[in-house]
Amino acid sequence: MTTLESSKHPRPAADERPPFDVERIRADFPALHQTVHGKPLAYLDNAASAQKPQAALDAETECYRRFYSNVHRGVHYLSEKATDAYEEARRKVQRFVNAAREEEMVFLRGTTEGINLVASTYGRQHVGAGDEVLITTMEHHSNIVPWQLLCEERGARLVVAPINDRGEVDVEEYERLLSERTRITAFTHVSNALGTINPVAEMIRLAHAKGVPVLVDGAQAVPHLDVDVQELGCDFYAFSSHKLFGPTGVGALYGRLDLLATMPPYQGGGEMIRSVTFEKTEFSPPPNRFEAGTPNIAGAIGMGAAIDYLQALDMSAVAAHEHDLLDYATAALEAIPEVRIIGTAETKASVISFVIGDIHAHDVGTILDREGVAVRAGHHCAQPVMDRFGLPATTRASFALYNTREEVDRLIAGVERVRELFG
Amino acid sequence: MSELMDLYQEVILDHNKKPRNRGTMDDADHEAKGDNPLCGDQLTLFVKMDGDRVTEIRFEGRGCAISVASASLMTETITGKSQAEIGTLYESFHELLTGDPSVAAEAGEELGKLRVFEGVREFPVRVKCATLAWHTLMAALEGKDASVTTE
Repeated sequence: MTTLESSKHPRPAADERPPFDVERIRADFPALHQTVHGKPLAYLDNAASAQKPQAALDAETECYRRFYSNVHRGVHYLSEKATDAYEEARRKVQRFVNAAREEEMVFLRGTTEGINLVASTYGRQHVGAGDEVLITTMEHHSNIVPWQLLCEERGARLVVAPINDRGEVDVEEYERLLSERTRITAFTHVSNALGTINPVAEMIRLAHAKGVPVLVDGAQAVPHLDVDVQELGCDFYAFSSHKLFGPTGVGALYGRLDLLATMPPYQGGGEMIRSVTFEKTEFSPPPNRFEAGTPNIAGAIGMGAAIDYLQALDMSAVAAHEHDLLDYATAALEAIPEVRIIGTAETKASVISFVIGDIHAHDVGTILDREGVAVRAGHHCAQPVMDRFGLPATTRASFALYNTREEVDRLIAGVERVRELFG
Repeated sequence: MSELMDLYQEVILDHNKKPRNRGTMDDADHEAKGDNPLCGDQLTLFVKMDGDRVTEIRFEGRGCAISVASASLMTETITGKSQAEIGTLYESFHELLTGDPSVAAEAGEELGKLRVFEGVREFPVRVKCATLAWHTLMAALEGKDASVTTE
């Protein structure tokens, strides 16, 4: 296991902190202002799900209070207002990832459903016996299991590109594994368990050079990075609202229009049809073809408001702030004997997985919780990653724009407390 | 903080660090696996019987301090006991962790050392860590020789 050289992550002095008014941001997030077990909450579980700004909560409530109705159906006033707001949210999501057209954005329950949609539609259409689907070792279960199910059904093979000891995809090996039988490849933009930011542009280029379409799991990337699907050139990009400071139960899938237009429906129902008789049903064009049933209208509107909130901020200052927290926490954790950071990629998002000697992550999580520090303890829905590093579980701290160095200090104090107790 | 000290009592920390009866057994009469998918805790029990009594028990696996200490203390406690006695212990242990506190305080005189797990009741998400070994044991004794899971 290689660890980051401490010289690469010097602990920045207090007066070198990047200028960023984190207190003003924190004031926008009501859930942050509470005590847990008598201690102020330090919410460091953002990679699992993020807290919500008042603006996103208000947008969802306003929808229900003032202009709620079903969309795309009625001729009455409220239905028109709700449809306008829902479609406006679609345009916000489109602009957010810089898709060329709004029809390329499908509203779904989240990233998981986006990946399942592509596996069940495009996948079933193009993957046959003896074909291959290429993923990587660092995928979240949601970017493994849908492909596994598809491969089982089709008699195809799931091929997995390895990662190195730092938690980076072996890109040479990835390229070698793109074979004549590869029908689609799927990988994450940012690893939820390791924090690695993958060289997705390069991997997309390699896949396309062999004519293989690409799905990118963007769940962990969109809250932290500027994503431009046209610049990346990916064919599908899936992400969730709840990690993006928006409501749960909604997310979006970007799909290139020429691909979406040839894909069969995912589910059957209302909204996705042009005409139905018992003999034959004609399906709507994208995106409605993939949005059977009444969608999460208020959720989509809340997601749009969360995106508005983020876009009103200086995202480069946000990124610098998160990076400062990552460097600060990395240096502090490395200075503690017995602490080992899992995932030491050259380029990382603000996620730190670590182990303390042979103390189990659940014991660490319980003790930190009593200090008011919320972290994730477990396998992070990425068991193959844990197996790769020979660990049952890790403790993971993940930072968002509203976290502070003081909260990192409390994490560190909590880790010291664990060592004291288990000493 | 006192709740934490109640959870991680000395006896528990000691059994976590130096688990008793850890190992495998080639000639076990019963064997069962248990796992707690949420935590990644895994446990295999090997039990040797003389009639209705447990004469020897070993366990292998990995897990958090609570689950390892619980398995370790369980093996110590049940060696030499009959199936009926173990069944009573199992119920008392469950009561200690999840039952009404006043009832739990009175019941289960026979629990002895196992009372150190009383603090777990203040940590509901950790109850299954403490009970994994017991669920696995019951499966083994019922001759299921199968896998049990807490989920």
